[in-house]
Amino acid sequence: MQKSSRRQEEEVQVHSDLKYSHRLSLYDRPPTEDITLEEFETCAIDRLYVLSEIESCYARNRPFDELKKITKSQCEKHVPLDHNSAITKARDDQRRKDITGHFVLRLAFCRSEELRRRFVKAETTLFRIRYLDASERERRDFCKSGDFDWTQVDESEKSMYAPQLKAAVPDADAKEQYFKVKWTSVPDLVEKRRVFLKDGWAYVPSREQSSIVFQEFQTRLEKALQMTAKALPRMDEDTRLEPILANLSQGFIAGMGSEWGTSENTGEGIRAEMVDELAHKHFPMCMRNLHDNLKRDHHLKHFGRLQYGLFLKVLGLSIEEALAFWRRSFSGYTDDQFNKQYKYNIRHSYGLEGRRANYPAKSCQQILMNDQPGASDSHGCPYRHFSPNNLQTALLSMYSPQGLTEADLPEIMNMVRAEAYHVACTRVYEITHATQNVRKGDGIGSGETITHPNQYARASMALEHAAADGVKVEADGDIVMS
Amino acid sequence: MPSAEIETPTPELMLAFYRRLYPFKSIFKWLNHEHTPSRLFTHREISFTLQNDVYLRYHSFTTADEFKKQTCTLNPTRFEIGPVYTARPRDKKTVRPGAFTPVQRELVFDIDMTDYDGIRTCCSGADICKRCWGFIGAAVRVLDSAIRQQFGYKHLLWVYSGRRGIHLWISDREAMALTDDQRRSLVNFLTVIQGGKEMHKKVNVRPIIKGSSADLPPSIRQALDQLVQPFEDLILLDQDCFRREEGWKELLQLIPDSKIVEKLERKWTDDRSSDDKWADLKDEIKASYPSKATRAPMTHAIEDIVLQYTYPRIDAEVSKHRNHLLKAPFCVHPKTGRICVPIDPEAIDEFDPELVPTVGQLLRELDAAAPETTGEEHSDRERTSLKPYVEMLEKHALGLMSVVRRDRIANDMTW
Repeated sequence: MQKSSRRQEEEVQVHSDLKYSHRLSLYDRPPTEDITLEEFETCAIDRLYVLSEIESCYARNRPFDELKKITKSQCEKHVPLDHNSAITKARDDQRRKDITGHFVLRLAFCRSEELRRRFVKAETTLFRIRYLDASERERRDFCKSGDFDWTQVDESEKSMYAPQLKAAVPDADAKEQYFKVKWTSVPDLVEKRRVFLKDGWAYVPSREQSSIVFQEFQTRLEKALQMTAKALPRMDEDTRLEPILANLSQGFIAGMGSEWGTSENTGEGIRAEMVDELAHKHFPMCMRNLHDNLKRDHHLKHFGRLQYGLFLKVLGLSIEEALAFWRRSFSGYTDDQFNKQYKYNIRHSYGLEGRRANYPAKSCQQILMNDQPGASDSHGCPYRHFSPNNLQTALLSMYSPQGLTEADLPEIMNMVRAEAYHVACTRVYEITHATQNVRKGDGIGSGETITHPNQYARASMALEHAAADGVKVEADGDIVMS
Repeated sequence: MPSAEIETPTPELMLAFYRRLYPFKSIFKWLNHEHTPSRLFTHREISFTLQNDVYLRYHSFTTADEFKKQTCTLNPTRFEIGPVYTARPRDKKTVRPGAFTPVQRELVFDIDMTDYDGIRTCCSGADICKRCWGFIGAAVRVLDSAIRQQFGYKHLLWVYSGRRGIHLWISDREAMALTDDQRRSLVNFLTVIQGGKEMHKKVNVRPIIKGSSADLPPSIRQALDQLVQPFEDLILLDQDCFRREEGWKELLQLIPDSKIVEKLERKWTDDRSSDDKWADLKDEIKASYPSKATRAPMTHAIEDIVLQYTYPRIDAEVSKHRNHLLKAPFCVHPKTGRICVPIDPEAIDEFDPELVPTVGQLLRELDAAAPETTGEEHSDRERTSLKPYVEMLEKHALGLMSVVRRDRIANDMTW
């Protein structure tokens, strides 16, 4: 008797007419019922906690698995969302809160291009984590509910393109099902050449279906935000909501540390003529390489100038000194050529021309992943973009005066082979600063790895300052007066 | 008539060229896709580079006539075409910053000979000759078929850049509407040569399955099939890339078997031709790896070498952003005086950059022909060697316009 009643209850739960039938949502319908002002705000703030945490994970270059773990725990705390199979009464309420929070934040973050971009990135990540977390069945149901624009590839077409499909997806077996979508809905798969392309159609294997879903989520959200932005002026009359929304968008901005964004106030500025000495003593390999190239060729190509120039800016080179430095370095050019072709760019990077944005220096992540060096470029990360032989030669010639020996190379090359470029760079830092009592595993203090070239240079300069001031830097990074 | 001497175009020559020869009407039709001006033209940015190198951005025009008039007034050395914005670029200062964003733009590609400096042996830097053009020819064939077959775009216009490269403009509606992210994906899909000058092996496109490299993705396999012949003709015979020591040293860097490398290093000298060296390499591989199954890594290495030396080297930055400006077709290259004429990709091998008409030559042709009667822009052009090139653009534009017309009729029938 008891058993049967429990079963009945389960049945009821599965087929019950929940208002929100799916745990995952593309957020295509806004909530229509009345809500209190207080709920309006709390739903949004709770969701904001989760999104800010996702953003800061990105800023710290955390690997996706770690990001997933952190986000899940944040979600449980602030926006719990139980699986379809879970037997709780609160499911409908949870989903309502999820959807309400999302739509309130849309209002808060649709106002500027920058906010929209960040909001889309964080929301898409949250969706991705939830989707990956969902069961096979939940995903299937969800995919059926949204009207995704895909058609299944039939057997005859599959056999017609069998060799191409096999080459595009080498680890697929003959039973693999394929979906045909416009290539523009799976740009990430196209970019990595993981799909076969024909006449603008991408043949996506079923296990990559999630890619289509994520892309669809992102495009729909982008479009919706633009619509919201257009409609927003009509809402400004509502004086109750305006302050709440303004507060929310500020919270999002403040939640993010803009580390290494602008010049560090290290006290004394750096002058153009000091750069050469600093480069030899304190710069990470990427910057050292650019510096050496610049000295040898009296020229750097665009992305090289950008990477090195922004680094120097954040290091503390003022615009006047920067112009002096670059003018002197480009010695083969006449004043006229220099002023016409390069001066604007340098001033631009200091936020003095064009849109006047104060550009931050590039992080390791950006250097490694964006703007891949072309055939005659010298920017990028040497640990990643040099061939192994050239890397070893360069390491020895740059850092042997600071104590790097041939015996250290195998260890560094192993890290490079494991694609742990940060770690290799950090290890080189440790080796070259061994005389200042930096030991293996210390990193740039407290075992921290390098994630930004300016971090490397600053740590190195701080060590030297400390030594000069008669201060001893302990291995754990604390500064102790001697 | 090859004109070996380089004549820098003077402002007077330029003005006469804009007044009497430049095909403003055809350019208008090509950008606008129909006869009556639409947003594709009126909201389009045109930027001018003046004689004193001053750069004027955010110009826009309502008609082809206005475009011509302004160009003659400013008499620029060249002008560039940008994206279609949400508002007229000339009104940029009066609209809200958020309301002025690029929305549409031809998908463009730029291939420049300087990216081949590490390989070509005939010229370097800004120079180009008929022999270097072989690289461009191979690149055009590969890109043209890849874009047509894989992405399904049909309206491709190839244009000589006036000195050492070639541009491609794709005007299909879908291509025009691509976002920056989609453009980036497409370009990265087509980019095979990667790594800076300190990286020897610049081709790393094979998927890694269980720790070893698998076969090439289908798109690149197809490109490779098209490149085997050019590799032989161009790299081995014409350019003779592996004859000199720095050339074959570079080649040996790409061979993953150090025993073979040592053997060949002893054997090779500067008087052995590239063709022979390539045969040596193949023989050596066959001798060291008699069975086909174990030879796979070496076969892969050989294929990657062919790609590294001949696959198109695209200047990716040009294609990634909608608001990148690109020099308009039929402009005059300020250094060479040559016209940026359209090129038929089917006849790419017959194209000789040194035979492209220069602005001076065209005006001389005009003077030599019968004195002008009507003064009409159109009739002047008929009497110069610019004629076939304008016809090419005109035909291309007609193709685009017929698509618009067909769509419109189809839409009318639906009710």
